[in-house]
Amino acid sequence: MTASAYVLEYHLVNYRRTWRASALSTLVLPLLTMLGFGIGVGGYVTAGVDGVDYLDWLVPGLIASAAVQTAIGESTWPVLSYFEWLKVYFAQAAAPLRVADIVTGHLAFMLFRVLLSAGAFLLVAAFFGTLHSLWAVAVLPISALTGLAVAAPVMAYSASVTSDSYLAILMRFAVLPMSLFSGVFFPIESLGLLRWVAYVLPLWHGVDLSRAATLGVSPGWDGLWQLLYLLGWGAAGWSLAVRRFGKRLVV
Amino acid sequence: MNSPLIQARGLIKRFGDFTAVDGIDVDVRAGEAFGFLGPNGAGKSSTMRMIGCVSPPSEGELRILGMDPRRDGPRIRARLGVCPQLDNLDTELTVRENLTTYARFFGIPRKVARARAAELLEFVQLSERADSKVDPLSGGMKRRLTIARALVNEPDLVLLDEPTTGLDPQARHLVWERLFRLKQQGVTLVLTTHYMDEAEQLCDRLVVMDGGRIVAEGSPRELIERYSTREVVELRFTTDEQGTYAEKLAGMADRIEVLPDRVLMYVADGDDALAEVHRRSLSPSSALVRRSSLEDVFLHLTGRTLVD
Repeated sequence: MTASAYVLEYHLVNYRRTWRASALSTLVLPLLTMLGFGIGVGGYVTAGVDGVDYLDWLVPGLIASAAVQTAIGESTWPVLSYFEWLKVYFAQAAAPLRVADIVTGHLAFMLFRVLLSAGAFLLVAAFFGTLHSLWAVAVLPISALTGLAVAAPVMAYSASVTSDSYLAILMRFAVLPMSLFSGVFFPIESLGLLRWVAYVLPLWHGVDLSRAATLGVSPGWDGLWQLLYLLGWGAAGWSLAVRRFGKRLVV
Repeated sequence: MNSPLIQARGLIKRFGDFTAVDGIDVDVRAGEAFGFLGPNGAGKSSTMRMIGCVSPPSEGELRILGMDPRRDGPRIRARLGVCPQLDNLDTELTVRENLTTYARFFGIPRKVARARAAELLEFVQLSERADSKVDPLSGGMKRRLTIARALVNEPDLVLLDEPTTGLDPQARHLVWERLFRLKQQGVTLVLTTHYMDEAEQLCDRLVVMDGGRIVAEGSPRELIERYSTREVVELRFTTDEQGTYAEKLAGMADRIEVLPDRVLMYVADGDDALAEVHRRSLSPSSALVRRSSLEDVFLHLTGRTLVD
């Protein structure tokens, strides 16, 4: 446990040198999306969704989506480059860390990044007055859990490939459909059978839970199952990542 | 007390059908500088990775610091310093941060890590660059920083995989000098190299590996005595046919080797042999008498064929 904390500490020191560049986009991105989608597109959706203003309905979806984007961003190119180009993981493997420490520490840093971007988005959303309930703070742990559910398996994937063209494939065939069909922009009921994409992949569960939180609606027992389902993705992804990392680092 | 730091018996490493290390026996004692020599693909790096506990042996026995790497990996690695063949420094971090963050992996408190980083940067002559980023450093500086990083946990055993490959002569000599200082301080060094001068400079004892096996073992001096002669006479003749001289020189040396551009005579006394050559009026266009080196041993044992 402490050994993964050392690894997290390393990533935080590293981040201290680059955070300025990412801080701006962390704040500006939600602002632009709010303005573009909420005010622009929302102007046409006068009826609202499920009896709520479109912007208010949309915001929690955007937050969950931003959390997942950050998780994907941190678990693809950085992981590949730590194996292929910078060899950071190999340096760590020579120290008295176990493979699980290396994976867990880096994953913890990814969740820290997810929390930062979800937190920034939440602030902007509060400023626009789109949060209906104090339960909105629950969006933070929900974002972290959704981030984990995505980052852990993607980390395993990134550790299994040696060229970034495979990452482009992941973006095109997994991340893009997931972003479109996970009820971020419109209710999944209008998807027909494609709805199952939303049920199977992690993002929709995060969107649905975040929406319940910011709108102050109880998710009921379904909410618990969704939490467990996300946790399941995270746990399976983590154990797969540890195995994939082991294959690369201990040969 | 005097049990070896590294003890390998019948150590084997296989990758699928390929056997990289094919049953080697090695003992490395505390305080010595031990070298693995060999051409590319001889199995040196695979051996080093097994000793570094990042590569489980396929077969055989391996004990490091009295522990079993299969079980005690993290505990062994806590007492090792590893300088890999390719620098894997953090290019985003400063020189100092490279040492302090790495020290944390060993659970070294931040304050101690900072003090140690300052000391080590002094040792590898990088104090002035402490707050500069790693990227603009020269190859030699990066190498020295990698060595400093390997020392951050005050290791009992330092593993150096081709420590000076790719460095210019000045940088190499500085690295050698620092490694020699470490050796004097009683640090046990294990290194791989294919530079013979490096092995002669640094190693108390070495093994020559070829095709995954150990083909010779001893101190540089012993190996030269056993596998070469004290001196070597290098002769060049004006004709293209160096080979025709081999017969004429026969009987004048322990061993004669004909190369495309010269003929080598392995002899006890080079000047005597050269005088005899002149007496038989073989008149080479140039002649050089030199002491036999580890390079002669190495080429004799592993052949002159290019290995890529």
